[in-house]
Amino acid sequence: MSLLTTGKLTKYFGDTHAVDHVDFTVREGEVLALIGSNGAGKTTLVNVISGLLAPDSGTIRFRDADITSATIHEKIASGIARSFQLVNLFDQLSALDNIALSIFSRQGKTRRLFALADADTEVRDEATGVLEQFGLLPKARMLAGGLSQGERKLLDVAVAYSLRPKLLFLDEPTSGVSTREKAPIMDIITQVVRSGGITAVIIEHDMDVVFTYCPRIVAMHQGAILADGTPEEIRNNEQVTANMLGTHRHA
Amino acid sequence: MDTLIVHVLTSLLYASVLFLIAGGLSLIYGVMRIVNLAHGMLYAFGAFVAAWAVGVMAMRWPTAALYALLPLGALAAAGLGAIVEPTLLRPFYKRAEEYQLLVTFGLLLILGDLMRFLWGPYPLSASQLYEAMGSLTIGDTIYPNYNLLVIAVGILAAVGMWAFVYKTQFGVVLRATSQNMRMASALGINVNRVYIQAFTLGCFMAGLGGAIIVPSQGAVLDMGVDALIMAFVVVVIGGLGSLEGALFGALLVGVVREIGITFFPEVELAVLYLMAAVVLLIRPAGLFGRP
Amino acid sequence: MSALPLPPTRVLRWAVPLLAALVLFPWVAEPYQTTLFSYGLVMAIAALGFNLLLGYTGLLSFGHSAYFGVGAYAVALIVKYLHVSSLEVFIVGGILASAAVSALFGFVCVRYTRIFFSILTMALSQVLWSLAFKFFWVTGGSDGLRVPTPSLLGTHIDPGEDKMTYLAHRYYYYVLVIFVVCTALMWVIVHSPFGKALQAIRDNETRAEFVGVQVRHYRWVAFVVSGTYTGLAGALWVPLNGLTTPDILHWGFSGEIVFFTVLGGFGTFAGPIVGAIVFNYLKTFAVGYTVYWQMFLGVVLVTMVMALPTGIMGMVGRLSQKWRRVPAP
Repeated sequence: MSLLTTGKLTKYFGDTHAVDHVDFTVREGEVLALIGSNGAGKTTLVNVISGLLAPDSGTIRFRDADITSATIHEKIASGIARSFQLVNLFDQLSALDNIALSIFSRQGKTRRLFALADADTEVRDEATGVLEQFGLLPKARMLAGGLSQGERKLLDVAVAYSLRPKLLFLDEPTSGVSTREKAPIMDIITQVVRSGGITAVIIEHDMDVVFTYCPRIVAMHQGAILADGTPEEIRNNEQVTANMLGTHRHA
Repeated sequence: MDTLIVHVLTSLLYASVLFLIAGGLSLIYGVMRIVNLAHGMLYAFGAFVAAWAVGVMAMRWPTAALYALLPLGALAAAGLGAIVEPTLLRPFYKRAEEYQLLVTFGLLLILGDLMRFLWGPYPLSASQLYEAMGSLTIGDTIYPNYNLLVIAVGILAAVGMWAFVYKTQFGVVLRATSQNMRMASALGINVNRVYIQAFTLGCFMAGLGGAIIVPSQGAVLDMGVDALIMAFVVVVIGGLGSLEGALFGALLVGVVREIGITFFPEVELAVLYLMAAVVLLIRPAGLFGRP
Repeated sequence: MSALPLPPTRVLRWAVPLLAALVLFPWVAEPYQTTLFSYGLVMAIAALGFNLLLGYTGLLSFGHSAYFGVGAYAVALIVKYLHVSSLEVFIVGGILASAAVSALFGFVCVRYTRIFFSILTMALSQVLWSLAFKFFWVTGGSDGLRVPTPSLLGTHIDPGEDKMTYLAHRYYYYVLVIFVVCTALMWVIVHSPFGKALQAIRDNETRAEFVGVQVRHYRWVAFVVSGTYTGLAGALWVPLNGLTTPDILHWGFSGEIVFFTVLGGFGTFAGPIVGAIVFNYLKTFAVGYTVYWQMFLGVVLVTMVMALPTGIMGMVGRLSQKWRRVPAP
């Protein structure tokens, strides 16, 4: 069942088609990878769908509703969340507070001026639980700015996850992280996503990660979708290998 | 018709001085991305130095020669800028904007009292230069010739700045640095030197504005603060970082002020601030500036 | 900034003696000193409000004199036109007036950030300043408006009583109570989910938006709370001063508010309070010492921003951490 569908979605930057009449569909429950060389339009596509940028033309439908001109706030309320390529966290708040804020926002409690945030045990417990799922519990009290890059990447995903979205966009969740940290991060992410019944779209450059964790791969090139299929199909797709994968062959 | 000419001339007069001040502010922002809250003080400093120099030499030199002293105000302001930039401003380029605003505000307080210390709390005047040029008659009104000199200086400054920024090699360097500081640096441009030069030039313009208007209005301690607000109104309208915007904004403010003074003397200042607020609402970068 | 509120026992350990000292103060000090300290408390309330925007939401306003002035002039106009002289009415009037003006100005200002926000706040406060001169038949122009000593909770100054003593005792306690209430309230606000949302906006506007926090709206609410606190301070200030003039609407005064908040440390809760009180003495000393006190303040400000950007409380925080780390011999 299709969760998200874009119809001829387009975004120009000057004369460049960053996103060129893209028809993109995400089915419920999928974990799919969005790949492509730099400048292919992956992040722009996600930026447009999530509401950071306004599309120049085309449509976006999410859960049978047209969200093309919805605000960021509306899109989040309807169940879309995202993490960022360059980690976007609240650096002067603790890891726990970062998650708690997400939960407060989801529950509409951020409107409250006259209640103590730390007194809300329900939220605190949930936040602690999320941190545990992401393996960040030991760092709960630490300021987000002081975490390691890998931890920050996980926290970024955790903050988006705490919104309990239906559709989660992850923009390069393992970039800037050492190779041996990548697998544990992806393990946590896929575990959390599966157990939460969340549909995930992961932008990734690391092909090992992509082929290991994502049953469906969508390849973009110069703003358009080049190929869409299983890892096998993508590996055997000549256009994709020519444009992106080079001549390196996986076993 | 004649009164119209006088009104136009008065608008141009005000616009000339404003362009010098606001143009300097805008130039500095355009190249260095800093907003100098003490900029108005450099205008005042130029005025005081010029008036003081004229006062000192008034007995010894013929009046005609005293005009040559006016540029001293501009030079003094430039010199002050050249001292201030590397010592007070450079440490803050990499830090949050709030700190720049705070340090330039501190500078504003310091310069204000420095001028009080140097020249006392009373105004200085150089009115002999104003009177010496005589006046011409436009219809029923007598219009001072000196004001025409100010307008001429303003026009010269506008043309000069344009030529400087767009036609000279230094102008190219200036524009390159303002558009992409890192790239300019990577190309071998000494960014620190460009910054100090740009800042000095901006201060020169402000000081010139003060020096050129001092025969007409005298040097008063409060003039820096008023000038700063007006300069901000101009750059808000015209856009931070744009010389054309500073020119347009200065002209617009000059005209509105003149209309305001003529018809609604009570609310003139408020109208100007409201104008700035309205422009900020519809176009936060001003009408010409970069967002 | 600490993410956790202090546990109650640790707070009480220093809060109770401090409170006791504040209560006993008028009995051990001269009336002049008590009144001077009252000014400090009033400015501390203004600073608390101001720092909600700067320290917690990341917005630097150079126009807070507007709300202080609105509070003060509201009081003066209540006296002039309603012929009422009760501090309770003053407070309500000051709060309502400054809330209204900050709601209006805030609506305009929070559309922008950084330099444009700062300039816009300054420009708007200058509009008010210039209007105070232009409509001199209402506001008294540059002479300002006088405000007599009001009644406090219905009690009036006794016929023979010296005004200074009255201010030093009854008025001081009134201000002290309001100060304590304001501080406690602001403490709750910054530790509330709303306060966390503000800090999130300060740290990362985009992320806050993507977590579902409507940034512009929250900034506006913070602006209104901030302006109202400052307006309340203005309303409390006028009876102390006896007079309100356009000077307090001028951006120079806005600069003072910025200055003492930075002095105390805008990255902590107590910093603005400490800064306001210290500044109060600093300014009094400087004004008495030299004509060039503005230069003195300017030098202090520049030095602070260069060497001690976290302010007094920031330095205290760092020192106390150092002390705690040193093991006992």
